[in-house]
Amino acid sequence: MADNRDDDSQHRIKEGDYVVLKRGDIFKAVQIQPKKKVIFEKQWFFLDKAVGHLHSTTFEIVSGGLQPLKPKDSESSNDAKEAGTDNRNIIDDGKSQKLTRDDIETLKEQGLKGQEIIQQLIDNSSTFKDKTEYAQDKYIKKKKKKYENTVTILKPSCRILAMMYHGREPGKICHLRYDTLAQMLTLANIHAGSKVLVFETCAGLVLGAVMERMGGYGSVIQMYPGGEPVRAGVESFGFPAHFHDMLHGFPICHVNALLAGTLDTTAKDPSADSKQAIVAAEEKQNLPEAEQQGSPEEQSMEASSGSDGSHDQEKRKEAKAQERKVKLEEKRRKLAASAALLEGRNADGLVIASRFHPCPVLMCLLKFLSPSRPFVVYSQYKEPLIECYTKLKEQGGAVSLRLTDTWLRHYQVLPNRTHPLLLMSGGGGYLLSGTTVAMDRSKPAGSQRAEEPAPKRQKLTDTEG
Amino acid sequence: MSFVEYSDFIQDGDVAIVYLGHDSLMPVKVQQGAQTQTRYGVIRHSTDLIGQRYGSKVTCSKGGWVHVLHPTPELWTVSLPHRTQILYTTDIATITMMLELKPGSVVCESGTGSGSLSHAILRTVAPTGHLHTVEFHQQRAEKAAEEFKEHRVDHLVTVRNQDVCKDGFGVTGVADAVFLDIPSPWEAVRHAKAAMKKQGGRVCSFSPCIEQVQRTCEALADQGFEEISTVEVLLRVHDVRTVSLPLPDFGPEPSAQMESDAAEKKPPAPNQASITMKTTTPPREIPGHTGYLTFATKPRT
Repeated sequence: MADNRDDDSQHRIKEGDYVVLKRGDIFKAVQIQPKKKVIFEKQWFFLDKAVGHLHSTTFEIVSGGLQPLKPKDSESSNDAKEAGTDNRNIIDDGKSQKLTRDDIETLKEQGLKGQEIIQQLIDNSSTFKDKTEYAQDKYIKKKKKKYENTVTILKPSCRILAMMYHGREPGKICHLRYDTLAQMLTLANIHAGSKVLVFETCAGLVLGAVMERMGGYGSVIQMYPGGEPVRAGVESFGFPAHFHDMLHGFPICHVNALLAGTLDTTAKDPSADSKQAIVAAEEKQNLPEAEQQGSPEEQSMEASSGSDGSHDQEKRKEAKAQERKVKLEEKRRKLAASAALLEGRNADGLVIASRFHPCPVLMCLLKFLSPSRPFVVYSQYKEPLIECYTKLKEQGGAVSLRLTDTWLRHYQVLPNRTHPLLLMSGGGGYLLSGTTVAMDRSKPAGSQRAEEPAPKRQKLTDTEG
Repeated sequence: MSFVEYSDFIQDGDVAIVYLGHDSLMPVKVQQGAQTQTRYGVIRHSTDLIGQRYGSKVTCSKGGWVHVLHPTPELWTVSLPHRTQILYTTDIATITMMLELKPGSVVCESGTGSGSLSHAILRTVAPTGHLHTVEFHQQRAEKAAEEFKEHRVDHLVTVRNQDVCKDGFGVTGVADAVFLDIPSPWEAVRHAKAAMKKQGGRVCSFSPCIEQVQRTCEALADQGFEEISTVEVLLRVHDVRTVSLPLPDFGPEPSAQMESDAAEKKPPAPNQASITMKTTTPPREIPGHTGYLTFATKPRT
């Protein structure tokens, strides 16, 4: 096959790539940068040597560098299969291991590989051969965890990053467990070509997950609180550049203005000067320092135009001002684009997962959805979702309301040793999902007033319960 | 309408989902001149459906009304005609994420069954991915192919009527992911491996019994699959209720009694106090087990 080489080039680790380091069940997202020191699981190393290797390669850490490990050389279990049947004669005297701590340190300093140290530990354990086959397995597994210094470099995916965040920093993602995130993506019918609203304070993980499922087709509008959207998690996905063309941001503090129709006119007309001033004023809120510098700079420009020395400075300042102007214009243009997308009030899906009270967020953002579109709200706690449910039932405009959570149980599957590993109840958060419907069929489609308070007879929906 | 693309208005030939009430949905093939009977009366397609907006309220002949919804794989799952036991949304969601499905993914599936998972896969891999699905039951294979056509997703799927354990998936070296929901998945593991790209990919097997899981895990390990992991996901639905808890009458308090000695005329207040609150209750019965999901990674070969 001639295209094999081409095929592979897409799967090789390149400088600048976002990757995920893995050992056992531990993950860490990093960017491949030359001469950048990475600390992972109490070991430091440079990632330089990973460049050019295929994704999913396992490396051994050798004095701060990475050496690719040949696949399949790991499971070379000791062939002398000698094992006891029970533990009646095994006594815990603390003397079964003949190697001292110092001996082990010396072995490490000699640069012995993890595998070799483990073999030494086994050889020097007086009780190992009396242990049952299962206990031996367990012993080796435990030592492997401690002494093996391998790391696998993976291409990031929603699965891996969701597991990583849940394992490492659950607080940053509102304790959203990965199976719950999976439910959200499915319940919201996230797919290519749709227009999806996302409001999240989960470091960008939920946003990235939505973008991955849309594959660069359609548009995602991130409604964000505060001055700037948080997108650290999105970066970790390492999306191709064109994916970012589908991503729009809209500050949630402008939603009321947009709904009232006071924001959209400003954003629509790029030529009007007065309108630019309004956006600039908004900018001022976000970047107070930069904006304040503005006027004194202009004055100094005029004052110092004579001297040669300040000429350069002046030029630089001018360039800076120009740059800021361009940035401002860019930002305004983006805001206008997002506002235009929202104005149609014809979004295809809504995903909410934040540390804010979900009820007002849901009630407000539902107004931007077309009828017959799914929405899903995540909350770490059940009570605020009960409130959302009650309010939606009163107001109407949604059917198929369901308040759910999922339990995730892992299993150890081994010959004669199959059992559930651990039960993860609670902690994974709760979901409220549903589908929007038209409030009243007589109203024209896309009417601004489509979401007025429901008429009383909407109470009929109570028969659903 | 299509299962992979939203549209605003109902058209002749669409499949619409009629929402009759809580947990009661009905798929309807929209046809000029046709009628559909519901417990709220008749729906006349030409006037009540065609040209209406999805999500509209439709008043039926008996004065009752229903909502007409745009089809999604999730609504289809709870309304489709069963030809087999099907996979539900909770498992489907987990499978989709853990198999790393996204637009462009090439997926192999067996058996097709009633097509519940197939529709969800098609939704996720569209517009550039493809599903190769294998069903050894001829009638079911034909019915599934017919449905895919009706749902306007037939360009994204190939249905093969063959035995996956004997004949494999009918493709080699193309799949990013493989899903198995058959009685003896261990017999199909080598075919799964053959169907997958040389760069590797993800595999999932769904089995109700732990003995099946045991054999599948062995077969996966023998074929060199890595990261083998078995999980079970259970859905809990919470019914939102307003409950009222009455407070018992403890009789007059001693202090109150002494007071009443002083002011003897005061009648004892009837203690009918109760506290009302919003809470949730679990349904009387919930599905406690659907199946074990075993996932694994095929390394590069």
